[in-house]
Amino acid sequence: MSDVTRMTAAQIAGLVASGEASAVEVATAHLDRIAAVDERVHAFLHVDREGALAAAAGIDARRASGEQLGPLAGVPVAVKDVIATKGVPTTAASKILEGWKPPYDATIVERLRAAGTVSLGKTNMDEFAMGSSTEYSAYGPTNNPWDLGRIPGGSGGGSAASIAAYEAPLAIGTDTGGSIRQPGAVTGTVGAKPTYGGTSRYGLIAFSSSLDTPGPCARTVEDAALLHAAIAGHDPRDSTSIPQPVPDVVAAARLGATGDLTGVKLGLVKEFAGEGAEPGVMAAFRESVDALVKLGAEVVEISCPHFEYALPAYYLIAPSEASSNLARFDGVRYGLRVGDDGNRALEEVMSLTREAGFGPEVKRRIILGTYALSSGYYDAYYGQAQKVRTLITRDFTSAFEQVDVLISPTTPFVAFPFGSRTSDPYQMYLADLYTIPTNLYGGPAISVPCGLSEGLPVGFQVMAPTMADDRMYRVAAALESAVGTFTPPEL
Amino acid sequence: MAAISREEVAHLARLSRLAVTEEELDKFAGQLDVILQSVARIGDVAAEDIPPTSHSVPLTNVYRDDVVQPSLQQDDVLAGAPDAAEGRFRVPRILSEEE
Repeated sequence: MSDVTRMTAAQIAGLVASGEASAVEVATAHLDRIAAVDERVHAFLHVDREGALAAAAGIDARRASGEQLGPLAGVPVAVKDVIATKGVPTTAASKILEGWKPPYDATIVERLRAAGTVSLGKTNMDEFAMGSSTEYSAYGPTNNPWDLGRIPGGSGGGSAASIAAYEAPLAIGTDTGGSIRQPGAVTGTVGAKPTYGGTSRYGLIAFSSSLDTPGPCARTVEDAALLHAAIAGHDPRDSTSIPQPVPDVVAAARLGATGDLTGVKLGLVKEFAGEGAEPGVMAAFRESVDALVKLGAEVVEISCPHFEYALPAYYLIAPSEASSNLARFDGVRYGLRVGDDGNRALEEVMSLTREAGFGPEVKRRIILGTYALSSGYYDAYYGQAQKVRTLITRDFTSAFEQVDVLISPTTPFVAFPFGSRTSDPYQMYLADLYTIPTNLYGGPAISVPCGLSEGLPVGFQVMAPTMADDRMYRVAAALESAVGTFTPPEL
Repeated sequence: MAAISREEVAHLARLSRLAVTEEELDKFAGQLDVILQSVARIGDVAAEDIPPTSHSVPLTNVYRDDVVQPSLQQDDVLAGAPDAAEGRFRVPRILSEEE
């Protein structure tokens, strides 16, 4: 049998279903790959070898007894460390949660199990999902498999890198401002942010509750769709979960893969097609637009005048919500406690605990959010940002009256060298310039590899209307059929 | 002119229960000033009559059926606590000496 770690999730599921490969063989191959390369990549914070092999053996036993198995039975998956996994360490890459083992599973983890996937472990990320490079992980960065001296994107750099390094065929990420799509773009993998409310937040460690969206990472568009379908759908435990059927994203991906986009109207976001991006990124993007036109798509330029205010709005809204959400880390019910010498009062112990447990970017955002919510500044900052959020949403709804989807590059620049954007936090924020509008609107968006610039991957972003996730999969799969997939150099 | 002073950052850190160091205050004050100056242009948007959006999902008063389900086991919940005693979370004293 050829190397299963190079196969797609769809192929692996087929092999396990037909009995050509056992789930244990598949899991072992991936665990061995992790053992061989993760010292250099550092995609994982925790590898659950025992748990993975037990889950795989369970799949094999159920198959042997003739049980009907889930659509992804025996397919390994890596899970971002911001997602609660019962009995398996979950830290959100923060010292404040070091060693914490949740007493329950997130809804999407339950759904992964129901689909028959085998969890390999937890992936590295920027602390509490705040960052675009994994350099803010309290446990050291993840290295981009394309160039180990460069960032893998963030916050979900571990999930994207695990896939690019063939350590896992599938991974789960979360996208608050681009944390699935931007890592996908810079590692040459596919990353999709579902419609907000299309995938459950129950069991996610909250960063910005009105924006956080879990979603799939994969090496092909079809695989991303298969994972999307497995985890999406209404969850009564999440009050912002949308009680509607999930669009058939798998069928849409397969339709797109036929390479016919006749009658599909693409809106090129005017504000994101000019300055701001590296020339190599724009060149790969433009070539991809031409490729889509050859497949029958019609392209029109669409102006979204408020998109230029998305970044400022986001960096007021997300830190505000974070400053409130992260108040729960008080050293009382779980995680770290520092300075409890029997003399100090609770408040002082809290302050010492939070000082010791949070990294610099988390502290900056808590302070920024506290500022934006302060009386006297609330109207000028948080209140104004919420109004701009309305205007950005209107830009989207008016655009979707004219076109089926919007397109842009995923991120303005390819993977940058470590340390090049950490001294000025705002330079790091620019990585999410093109991904953030979608989060404020709440619609779905996908990043699909579209080419290389100086040997490094470039991502193409497709944004669709709320609950029309199928549209972006169709266009992304069509582009993939035209430009192919991209393989990093051997590690 | 700076958008935010070192004293303001110190005050916000206290409100946020972060015992930041003097070095951090120096660093954060400069960085937060750059960030605030960059995001301040949000004020350029004319939006007086625009309603705010707090959330993209148009749902209100979401209910679910009130079905009795098993809760988490006490031992499982306390297992992750930094300190526990007699089936409860143990906390440092609430009042300081002078209170």
